[in-house]
Amino acid sequence: MSQTVISPASVGGPTKREITTQPRVSDRVFAGIVTSGALSSLVILGLIFFFLTFQGFSVLRTQGFRFITGSNWQVVQDAAGNFDPKATQFGIGAMLIGTVLSALIAIVVAVPISILSALFLNFFAPPFLKKIMVAVVDLMAAFPSILFGLWGFFILMPSAEYWAKLLHHFLGFIPLFQVDPPIYTRSPFIAGLVLAIMVIPIVTSVAREVFSQTPPDRIQAAYALGATRWSMIRAVVLPYGRSGVIGGAMLGLGRAMGETVAVYTVLNVVYQVNWHVLLGAGGNVASMILLKFGEAGPEEIKALMAAGLILFVLTLAVNSLADLIVRRSGGKGR
Amino acid sequence: MTEKQVVRPQKPWQSSPRERFNSGLVLLAGLLTSYVIVAITPMKGKLAYFSLFFLAFTIYDFTFHYFTRGMALAKDAIARAFVALGITLAVAPIISILATVFIRGYKGIHLSLFTKDMKLNSVSDPVNQGGLLHALTGTGILVLVALIISVPLGILTAIYMTEIKGRFVRPIKFLVQAMSGVPSIVAGLFILSAIVYPITKSYSGFVGALALSILMIPTIARTSEEVLLLIPNDLREAGVALGGTQWRTVAMVVVPAAKSGLVTAMILGIARIAGETAPVLLLTGGGDSVNGNPFSGPMGSLPFYIWKAYAVGTAESVTRAWAGILILLVIVLMLFISARVLSERRTSK
Repeated sequence: MSQTVISPASVGGPTKREITTQPRVSDRVFAGIVTSGALSSLVILGLIFFFLTFQGFSVLRTQGFRFITGSNWQVVQDAAGNFDPKATQFGIGAMLIGTVLSALIAIVVAVPISILSALFLNFFAPPFLKKIMVAVVDLMAAFPSILFGLWGFFILMPSAEYWAKLLHHFLGFIPLFQVDPPIYTRSPFIAGLVLAIMVIPIVTSVAREVFSQTPPDRIQAAYALGATRWSMIRAVVLPYGRSGVIGGAMLGLGRAMGETVAVYTVLNVVYQVNWHVLLGAGGNVASMILLKFGEAGPEEIKALMAAGLILFVLTLAVNSLADLIVRRSGGKGR
Repeated sequence: MTEKQVVRPQKPWQSSPRERFNSGLVLLAGLLTSYVIVAITPMKGKLAYFSLFFLAFTIYDFTFHYFTRGMALAKDAIARAFVALGITLAVAPIISILATVFIRGYKGIHLSLFTKDMKLNSVSDPVNQGGLLHALTGTGILVLVALIISVPLGILTAIYMTEIKGRFVRPIKFLVQAMSGVPSIVAGLFILSAIVYPITKSYSGFVGALALSILMIPTIARTSEEVLLLIPNDLREAGVALGGTQWRTVAMVVVPAAKSGLVTAMILGIARIAGETAPVLLLTGGGDSVNGNPFSGPMGSLPFYIWKAYAVGTAESVTRAWAGILILLVIVLMLFISARVLSERRTSK
């Protein structure tokens, strides 16, 4: 007896599906679209680098290394009123120093406060207070920078001026705190304080995140051995979270170096190298760009693009380093 | 009726009334000391009160614990004092900022702010003339255009990192992080050099929105990624087990499940750029009349209005700046609270 196999197809049913591990066409299209969308960040960063280099290249080439080390910003025109590339000097050295200086002040002020706040939020605060405070600190991170700028100018400046005078009075023997002539307004110190306030929420949330990842068994072990809260923190939490906090501080540093508007409102941008943090003269690459942009001629615009390129590379480097450190955090601890 | 015996839960870790009384006493002693020292020495002002109170309280608390409980707990008391100082210093500015903005901005608020623009007025005119309709519409248009550009890119990036999980996950994560650190002025300069000078040769709302979306994409991408990671794998597996392709699973199961979280990501993105000033100053031209067309003509916006009013520096214009900031702050607050509420609801489900 011969057996006839009736395939579903022969009677009009569905055909047998070919079983394969190949993704369907729709999935391949989907993966392609998603991947290209995801590569947008690479494309945008690349384009930023390319276009700023493209526009600023001529300035960078004629100025050479002087662009970073020099502290002169003079557009020279020859007798006919044309731009003279030989005599013109573009140098952002003073502004770079000012950027680093104010950002460092911000970090020195913000990091201890942030670490203490993060410890409070994680280990000391009662639950209801923790919830409120976390929301408040996060809200602060969402404030626009112009708000910090105006607040810094109208509210913080009078108090900070007084604090600066106190610092000068008691610590004036340290060269860093010398003020001559006695101008205390709009100093790098005040800019640093405003930046510190802007940076605190960022560093605090990173530190809080890192501290909360401390293995609970170690915490419980420390308590079981009779540790107080503080000795537990010192023996377990701080060693565990150290590198993460350093990374968070660097994230804050990157943010502080790129800040424009808040610094512009509270800092007196003066083209000179100034190490005296309390003296009312300083610089910041970002606010310098904003300051010069208004009346800049075409060649000066190119120089500003080059300054933007330097700022971009600088913040990118700091941020990448910070990201690497945070990612590798979770050290050993005792 | 027999009397029911109610068992009250004991909380041995809580401080007893006696301990609470003692710590209250220490607090009072600290306050008194700072008051006395300020009264009899030349040190004056809030700073003196604050630092003296902190010092006195820390010393008293330390000695009290040292004599009652020993050195270890005394050190713990110092740590507690410093940690409380830290959170106070972190939160004090925000309270000052909120109070200042509400007190100073309140004077400049009037109804015609929302119905008039500054076409016929200068910022130094009396405060009740003119308004910031142009700024509100401008900011709205800027945000809308930036959203249209950055929401697809941001969410695609997040989907790549959580669903496709291809070769580039680590580099892209790194790049998104790097992009979130791009200074806003650099984003502005980039659009100037890449689009305004070579192509459009004029300022408009659209180019401003392009710069803003550079700042917005990383925020949206990172928040969406976190949200998509919270979606349980069971849902994805169920989708695939029912015969769905990956595309159908993501589009019909994963994304709808994460909907409120993705909306939160958008809201946080808006909050990030609504007050962004530097690129707006460089790119939009900042007009004084309502301009509904993002592609041509200068476009006003809230940050630009605030900046302009602040820079003029007369009493009226500064009041206008504070009023503008108040409105900007209220917008940011509303966005922030709605994002919170949305994410609370998601986690409680």
